[in-house]
Amino acid sequence: MQKERHILVVFPHPDDEAFGVSGTIASHVQNGTPVTYACLTLGEMGRNLGNPPFATRESLPKIRKKELMDSAKALGIQDLRMLGFRDKTVEFVDEKSLADLIYGMILELNPSLVISFYPGYSVHPDHDATGRAVVQAVERLTKPLRPKLYCVAFSNNCEKELGNPDVIVDVSSVTEQKLAAIRAHRTQTALFYDDLSKKLAKNDPDALKWLQYERFWTYKWND
Amino acid sequence: MQPIDKRVVQNCLDALSKKDVYIHLETTNGAYASHKDESFLNASTFIRNAKIQFSLGKVTGDGPFRIGLKLNEGWVYGEGLTHFEIDEMGRLLMAGLNAKGQLAIAFELSEIPFDS
Repeated sequence: MQKERHILVVFPHPDDEAFGVSGTIASHVQNGTPVTYACLTLGEMGRNLGNPPFATRESLPKIRKKELMDSAKALGIQDLRMLGFRDKTVEFVDEKSLADLIYGMILELNPSLVISFYPGYSVHPDHDATGRAVVQAVERLTKPLRPKLYCVAFSNNCEKELGNPDVIVDVSSVTEQKLAAIRAHRTQTALFYDDLSKKLAKNDPDALKWLQYERFWTYKWND
Repeated sequence: MQPIDKRVVQNCLDALSKKDVYIHLETTNGAYASHKDESFLNASTFIRNAKIQFSLGKVTGDGPFRIGLKLNEGWVYGEGLTHFEIDEMGRLLMAGLNAKGQLAIAFELSEIPFDS
């Protein structure tokens, strides 16, 4: 794994960093690279309130904020930024202002790697809107000055249209941290975690592969 | 939240009638519904902090429950409500939770605006 100067991760929801990226984050942290995680919302509109319910629509953001902080701690992220947008509304905010905000962080932190969602291939409208704003922000730098931009994609058509992911990160040395990050987001991940644990206990090859390897697409610039 | 007690909810609705109240009303089937099943039409909606006044509010059904509020010039309606809580701020928070505990509808009334 190449040593990075600073990594900026930008996602809209608490728990977006836990799936498919947490191992990469933990590996870089272990390698001594500072990581900033900018999380746009507090996941106010999450559907999982526990069973039996221990949250309400109104108490959920406070709970998810705490879970986000626990996940960041599990991964060793020292710079966690909560940007105060509202779940489900990211695509409706002024796109230029959002890109300005991200551009400001890029200038401040001078990251050599930025990680976000691949716009158009990330299913949730908040994911795609976040990815679009990140692309817009990075694009403002002239090509030689741009940090690398690794994108997460998981829409049903992503491999057909983007090809195979070109970055595969082996995170097998930090699977404990990855599992701890997933566990930290209890309100959202309890069902998923139980299911994953059962599969891992049976050495299910797909679950092991999912745990040990993370995949990204380097953003394809038009210029 | 706990399973809806119709009598408590009805008392609460009676107490809020003819007052200015803020409503949060939402239905959702989850952002990933049509990702998992492409033939599924993903529809959801929410409105938060609309100010309304109702002359009569009723909770009906045997569970899941329905709520109807008669406005001066219209109606508010919700179906599929299963759970409720009157929180520490005196707000009436109701939700319809499916068998996995996931929220399908939220119907909330408060005399003070909800956090934006």
